[in-house]
Amino acid sequence: MNILNQNTPSETNYTTATFKSTRIMNGHSIERMPSGQLDVRISHRFGTLNSGGYNFFGLDQSNIHLGLEYGITNWLMIGVGRSEFEKTFDGFAKFSILRQSTGAKEMPVSVSVLTSVALKTLKFPDQTRTNYYTSRLAYVGQVLVARKINEIFSVQLTPSYVHRNLVATELDPNDIWALGAGARLKVTKRISLNGEYYAIANPKTYLSQQIYNPLSVGFDIETGGHVFQLFFTNSLGMTEKQFIGGTTGQWKKGDIHFGFNISRVFTLKKHKKAPNY
Amino acid sequence: MKRLIVLFFLFNLVLAVNAQKYMTKNGFIGFYSHTPMEDIKAENNQVVGALDISTGEMVFQALIKSFHFDRALMEEHFNENYMESDKIPKSMFKGKITNLSAVDFTKNGIYDVTVEGDLTIHDVTNKITTKGTIEVVSGGINANSKFNIIPEDYKITIPGVVREKINKNLEVTIAMKYAPLASK
Repeated sequence: MNILNQNTPSETNYTTATFKSTRIMNGHSIERMPSGQLDVRISHRFGTLNSGGYNFFGLDQSNIHLGLEYGITNWLMIGVGRSEFEKTFDGFAKFSILRQSTGAKEMPVSVSVLTSVALKTLKFPDQTRTNYYTSRLAYVGQVLVARKINEIFSVQLTPSYVHRNLVATELDPNDIWALGAGARLKVTKRISLNGEYYAIANPKTYLSQQIYNPLSVGFDIETGGHVFQLFFTNSLGMTEKQFIGGTTGQWKKGDIHFGFNISRVFTLKKHKKAPNY
Repeated sequence: MKRLIVLFFLFNLVLAVNAQKYMTKNGFIGFYSHTPMEDIKAENNQVVGALDISTGEMVFQALIKSFHFDRALMEEHFNENYMESDKIPKSMFKGKITNLSAVDFTKNGIYDVTVEGDLTIHDVTNKITTKGTIEVVSGGINANSKFNIIPEDYKITIPGVVREKINKNLEVTIAMKYAPLASK
């Protein structure tokens, strides 16, 4: 019965699961929450490994970020979060512009755009000068371009821009440009090895505080409804504004933080029902 | 002229023979798993199926990525971890109605049938025999069946952590609405 093959429509085969989670490690991946799905994220970064046995290699200190993220449509997700670091609230919107596909429609890469705002609510250090509300804000724009090269290997490039309304001193730039790169390698069906690096384009001399490029390496472990991300990173910050241009730790000096993200997805709105026969 | 008319009738006869074949492009296959912990349901409304009423031969073909779940994450795991749908995009069934004489295709009504054939899922083929019904309606044929399959029979491994959430027997529902295949 060859008629089956002749009559099977040519379909667009969209690539799924380029990354296991909406984050590669610290930064966003092109993955999004599909419509009606709520992602509850709890992230920790502990102290540095080089803080010694007295601090149990950093585990005595912890820095936390809580996030609630939701897929409004299949191409738009939004999220809000709160970091302990500088008492920061943050919000973002991520738009899926292109999806990698084969078949009827061919598309080599997936592209998403991320915009986010961070609101630092830490008390202003200098109470004598006039402090504006806008001074608390920072903005981030990112273009995420990813390709799932094969079943087990995916890569992503992330040109990024961060604008801080107020910086510590005149020496620090308000605008920071960076190029992020991330990859994941599936080790088993449920575990993948991930790496992420952001190269900051601004000259890093003449700053009031020396900053470094954030590098993170670790694993994604997926169980039924959870994704656990366990990794080492030189960044304490967990939102774009904090780890791009705010990473003061250095890998070679041992300023390495152990960190984890836990993601739990809840279905708030069920998918449209297929008609029953 | 007479010859032409004869030819014309002959041609019609050929058409009538071709109408022995019925087909659908939006047949339904769903499966359901119930455990005290979780109910899982997936539905595919884009199953391609064909039925030859002269021989009783039946064929279905389903794209794995066309199975949709209530939870997007389940759908992703289904494709990524269990069915490996990038490597094995299709499942299919090839079989035959064994008691074809029980069905009168000229009279509307519901007839019980037994179907026997090869079910290929996840690149593993198993022989199955199942009961179903053929419903002859004006302008078409409906076929329905319900049976159980065991994922492990098709080398689909379910890890211990989620084993409790997925029933060992999945209930599969098949519903086809065939239309006569126009010959071209």
